[in-house]
Amino acid sequence: MTLTLGHFLSLGAMLFALAVIGIFLNRKNLIVLLMAIELMLLAVNMNFVAFSHYLGDMHGQVFVFFILTVAAAESAIGLAILVLLFRNKSSINVDELNTLKG
Amino acid sequence: MDVKTGFFYLFSVVLLFAAFRVITARNPVHAVLFLMLAFSQAAGVWLLLQAEFLAITLVLVYLGAVMVLFLFVVMMLDINIDSVRQGFWRHFPLAATVGALIALEMAAVLMGGFRVTEEPKIVAAAGEAAVRGGQHSNSKALGKLLYTEYLYPLQIAAVILLVAMIAAIALTLRKRKDTKHVNPSEQVRVRAEDRLQIVKLVATRPGVAEVISAEAVEEKKK
Repeated sequence: MTLTLGHFLSLGAMLFALAVIGIFLNRKNLIVLLMAIELMLLAVNMNFVAFSHYLGDMHGQVFVFFILTVAAAESAIGLAILVLLFRNKSSINVDELNTLKG
Repeated sequence: MDVKTGFFYLFSVVLLFAAFRVITARNPVHAVLFLMLAFSQAAGVWLLLQAEFLAITLVLVYLGAVMVLFLFVVMMLDINIDSVRQGFWRHFPLAATVGALIALEMAAVLMGGFRVTEEPKIVAAAGEAAVRGGQHSNSKALGKLLYTEYLYPLQIAAVILLVAMIAAIALTLRKRKDTKHVNPSEQVRVRAEDRLQIVKLVATRPGVAEVISAEAVEEKKK
């Protein structure tokens, strides 16, 4: 049994589903929410790399490169906001972040 | 089942287990460590897909920098685990339903649509050539694309990283009020007249009290 594109895409789908479950479960813990987002991005990148390999097109890998860049920037700013939040509220519980009354 | 398939299943199982532990771990530090494991396994899968440059980038940038940043933040914050874990299993039925639905639907569509998609002959040939010591290089191909066709997007990515760096520093920078620090710019800009005030005094004139006491002595002599 050789590996097909479907194997890699299914792996990505399962990873994405696990990340979605993680977002549902850890609704209060902001830091695990950020980690679940990282997992989602990893699943998407997995799909890009798989398509890039099986269709013989390098542009997919270039796209993964840019997604990695943006994800790194996003997590850096997200963690900075998290630190700021903890400094002001002494908690990272999402339920307590209701000062904007949105 | 060849070696490649075996490695794929090994990496996949460890990856999915690590991802599961990320979302269920009680201690956030453990969650970050399992996330590192998940990323390293993903790098292994990408190596199977002959995306060597991206696999190494994932290990260097993600495991080396971003995950360590996560670890720093998690260890720096004093998280009250009990309040954060409150109601953790309450959403589990909904979460499991949604997750299973996503995974099953996507797997059904993808395995139906792409099961037949074998490796294209060109890629397989290139891989074999690389094994035999040929010239195929993933980094070279990626670099050629990045620095020609994607030159401007690359510059924009660099600017995004710069903006992220400045934003992170600006957000977390705080002025401490309890330190006795000096302001260097004020220090440099100071002029002599700000620091030194010259008061004119006649130094040689005798003091008033002295003159009076001298007169008193003379009167006593008389």
